[in-house]
Amino acid sequence: MGYFDSFSDFIRMGNHGVFVWSVYGITVFTILGHWLGLRLQKRRLVTEMQRLKKRGQL
Amino acid sequence: MAFSMTPVWRWFHRWTSPPNFYRIARPWALGLMLVGGVALLVAWIWGLVFAPEDYLQGNSYRIIFVHVPSASASLAMYLSMAILAVISLVWKIKLADMVLRQCIPVGLTLTALALISGAIWGRPTWGVYWIWDARLTSMLVQLFLFIGMWAIHTAIEQQKLADKATAILVLVGFVNLPIIKWSVDWWNTMHQPATIRITGETTMVWEMLAPLLLSMAATYCVVAALVLYRTRWEILYRERKTRWVQDELGLRGQA
Repeated sequence: MGYFDSFSDFIRMGNHGVFVWSVYGITVFTILGHWLGLRLQKRRLVTEMQRLKKRGQL
Repeated sequence: MAFSMTPVWRWFHRWTSPPNFYRIARPWALGLMLVGGVALLVAWIWGLVFAPEDYLQGNSYRIIFVHVPSASASLAMYLSMAILAVISLVWKIKLADMVLRQCIPVGLTLTALALISGAIWGRPTWGVYWIWDARLTSMLVQLFLFIGMWAIHTAIEQQKLADKATAILVLVGFVNLPIIKWSVDWWNTMHQPATIRITGETTMVWEMLAPLLLSMAATYCVVAALVLYRTRWEILYRERKTRWVQDELGLRGQA
């Protein structure tokens, strides 16, 4: 598999696996966090404005 | 007949008007996210699976494909924010403030990511997660600058004042940017000097350099897309009392 002899070698990364994989995990997590956070913010704004609209304050 | 800049200014003001930018930013955000996302995936697979091992550091060096792009993008982000701050303070373009506000969380994330990935890389390579070296310390200062911008913008209720204070903080903190960039040349740091040089020799084998350059280009695309998405949100929020935003959110058709 690519540079490595086996899949388990790839995961182990010569005893550096825990360092390498945690960095990549954190990176994916932050990108997803930005995406989800933005969606949540937008949904919150829409519900808040719908509430104001019903009360006739908009 | 005198040459007049008026049509240029008129075009510029129309182009940077929030409703127009909201509309044209969408395809750019989508396209950049798609291209950047695919390129990042390819670069990571290339760097993680196919690039050879480093003869000194072993496989831990594969952290470089996250560390260098995020650090480099965070510095580019700060530079762009300084330009936006000048535009905001001198020409009072509303859009500049909106983009600047939404650059803060992205820049903060990139700086934190560079610091965290560097710390995790430091453990197997230097034997420690952290040392008070010039490069690491100046990068930590940048993290605090981003936190400070966020705090100031949140603390000041009045929008215009908040934008102004944030822009001033960006410019005051700008002095830190060259310090980060050249810290590795000015001082004897544990952190290694730049490997990729625009002028002079790049000291890296092609098999490692190619995925690194691709991951950097991909990160710039994803970052640009995130800023555009966030700016679209900021426009909606700040203009929420206007007719066009309420139409956009589907609020006006309802009784």
